Amino acid sequence: MALRHLRLAPIFKKLTRLENSDLLKSKNQYKLLCRLSHFTYVPDTVSASDGETTRMNLFQSVTNALDIALAADPSAVIFGEDVAFGGVFRCTVGLQDKYGRDRVFNSPLCEQGIVGFGIGMAVAGATAIAEIQFADYIYPAFDQIINEAAKYRFRSGNEFNCGGLTIRAPYGAVGHGALYHSQSPEAFFAHVPGIKIVIPRGPLQAKGLLLSCIRDKNPCIFFEPKILYRMAVEQVPLKDYELPLSKAEILTEGDDVTVIGWGTEVHVLREVCQLAQDKLNVSCELIDLMTILPWDKETVINSVKKTGRLLIAHEAPLTGGFGAEIAATVQNECFLNLEAPIERVTGHDAPFSHVFEPFYIPSKWRCFDAIKKLINF
Amino acid sequence: MAAIIRALPLTCIRYPKYKSAAIKTASNALQFQRLESTSQQIPKLEEFDKPQFPGSQSRWTEKLEFVRGDIYDGIPVYRVMNRDGNIIDPSHDPKLSQEMITKLYKGMTLLNTMDRILYESQRQGRISFYMTSFGEEGTHFGSAAALDPQDMIYGQYREAGVLMYRGYTLDQFVNQCYGNKNDIARGRQMPVHYGIKSLNFVSISSPLATQMPQAVGSAYALKRSQTGLCVICYFGEGASSEGDAHAALNFAATLNCPIIFFCRNNGYAISTPTHEQYKGDGIAARGPAYGIPSIRVDGNDILAVYNVTKAARQLVVDESKPVLIEAMTYRIGHHSTSDDSSAYRSVDEVRFWHQKDHPISRLRKYMENLGWWDENKEKAWKEETKKQVMQTVVKAEKLKRAPIDEMLKDVYDEMPPHLKEQLEAIKAHIEQYHEHYPVDNYEKN
Repeated sequence: MALRHLRLAPIFKKLTRLENSDLLKSKNQYKLLCRLSHFTYVPDTVSASDGETTRMNLFQSVTNALDIALAADPSAVIFGEDVAFGGVFRCTVGLQDKYGRDRVFNSPLCEQGIVGFGIGMAVAGATAIAEIQFADYIYPAFDQIINEAAKYRFRSGNEFNCGGLTIRAPYGAVGHGALYHSQSPEAFFAHVPGIKIVIPRGPLQAKGLLLSCIRDKNPCIFFEPKILYRMAVEQVPLKDYELPLSKAEILTEGDDVTVIGWGTEVHVLREVCQLAQDKLNVSCELIDLMTILPWDKETVINSVKKTGRLLIAHEAPLTGGFGAEIAATVQNECFLNLEAPIERVTGHDAPFSHVFEPFYIPSKWRCFDAIKKLINF
Repeated sequence: MAAIIRALPLTCIRYPKYKSAAIKTASNALQFQRLESTSQQIPKLEEFDKPQFPGSQSRWTEKLEFVRGDIYDGIPVYRVMNRDGNIIDPSHDPKLSQEMITKLYKGMTLLNTMDRILYESQRQGRISFYMTSFGEEGTHFGSAAALDPQDMIYGQYREAGVLMYRGYTLDQFVNQCYGNKNDIARGRQMPVHYGIKSLNFVSISSPLATQMPQAVGSAYALKRSQTGLCVICYFGEGASSEGDAHAALNFAATLNCPIIFFCRNNGYAISTPTHEQYKGDGIAARGPAYGIPSIRVDGNDILAVYNVTKAARQLVVDESKPVLIEAMTYRIGHHSTSDDSSAYRSVDEVRFWHQKDHPISRLRKYMENLGWWDENKEKAWKEETKKQVMQTVVKAEKLKRAPIDEMLKDVYDEMPPHLKEQLEAIKAHIEQYHEHYPVDNYEKN
């Protein structure tokens, strides 16, 4: 796609150098770096039963998952633009050296080719892990994903399928990505029966969910919030583990308002819940949806039945966003329980622009204000 | 044979004579082979006078000269027999057995009979849609016969003969077109969208050229599994204009995939003639630009198609690289039952190809020259095929459609909760409103 020279790799390289320098070894310095972002990352904790762990950021946990997938499945291959040298976000570093050039390789610069090629590998029974360099550049492959990948099993009467295909793509706002390095296209794909769409909120989930996607018998799109690649750091189990798809997670229990998000927005909402508690004495139940399609209706509905109020937040534009699907479903299932209209705090119905990002994204203050509305209705 | 296919170096495009010049310059061209290592080699001092750009390997020129695509004779059309069924150069006669030739001829004519009857079925409103293969039977059977039965096939939609050669039965064809309960795909797709795993024929889908990069991916997987198998991917000259065709050719070349690209150039994409489809020398001329050995063949000469496909198969498997075959032919039938081709081309033009240069009549002449076929055999076989197809159609028409559950199955490997809910809802609805729906046409659960 056009304007690749504007891509963000150099900026992230600079950040790595910063991050690895002694300057940033202390917690305070790291916080300084994070203050530039619109949220604070709070590491998840693992239980002792998860075995040996190591500190990983999100891109390292992705690499770790890919490493495990390739080791366990000799048919598995990784390909895309610039994955051979390690990827522009470092997600595939070392994998070509470890597994060989026939298993980790660059493709020509052509997204429709990458996805079509991946479908074909999967149809032949192999495991194909395709990378689209930015979610913003997935649209040339829209036809292959929607008309082909999603419909392969159905249209052939289960004679053929491309269940072995996983498409990974960096996703979401990054601070300065403007129109074509910031997009959150999940709602386009949520309208397509036959695929699964998964978005993790941190390294722990990224590894488990990505391994589930790779091994799931259906074509999956795995969106990786790129702002978290380096910022989100936590202890991640070294073992091979999977997290269930189509299963939301309740992060904090609460009684007054149900708050739903996915990807980076979960961290924004975590702060919002704290704010609501501190400033309004409101108890929020925070849910990370994680799988957009097929989504976990049950968990969401049960929560709203308890709280009677719902806030949905996502970075993508409001109109036709996935929040609309959740709101309509909850309205239908929880009509008698709802005590206020469902609030959606999202990106605006405009392209994602460069210098206006702080006003565009569903910031914690916009979300906080929505909670006030929900409570005061 | 193989030598002709093997090396059509990029340099040839510059010169007016494609034919012998191509082979003569083949060795010359070796020095222009691009380095495949990841980093550029640092040149020795004496080589500095050559261009060192990483993007190409060639020499300097001080002449300002555009490479013109319109100054050379087109890539020649390879043929084995003439329109009277006579072998032109005996050394190119594949010398297929009488049994094999008879099988091919019977296949082509059976397909022709099935096409006529199913075309009529559509005209009578018995099936919703149909696409015939009239005039292109030679490309189907000639190429199919040259493949290993385990080679994977990706098609467009006008390759029913390939599937027939593989052993897809009349029942299977007709059941698919009728979308009855015996259709492998449960009646989900439009007619002529065939596909079956056991014959390694990937299910057809309507979006054009999408199968092309997919076929490349499958070829890559086959290469890795070291089965000695390859993939063949069929497409029309119209589909070649899609972005996916570009993706496929480039990926196949750079990733060294054992795949035969088989283009059926039949002169039209629905109503669009080739001169509105492209300005270059057809599809075959694009191959060398991608670094793909390419050849053009008379698609109405089944023996030529057989030879070319066989040699191509050898090349792609031995050298693990793609080959492009462009089979020149003519679409004698309408594009589909939704099309009346007399709106954009003359009846005389169609008549010429039907009467003067038809793959079926040419093979028949070849067989008659050898004393393998005659009028009586022809008559008896025609009767038999007609009877077979009619019986199959009558049987298929009587079958009900699959249960309506099939509408929501196979969307995923397992039915997710929201689809189960929707299935229950539709069942409850139909129970209440059944008189408003054609429920009797569908099998009960």
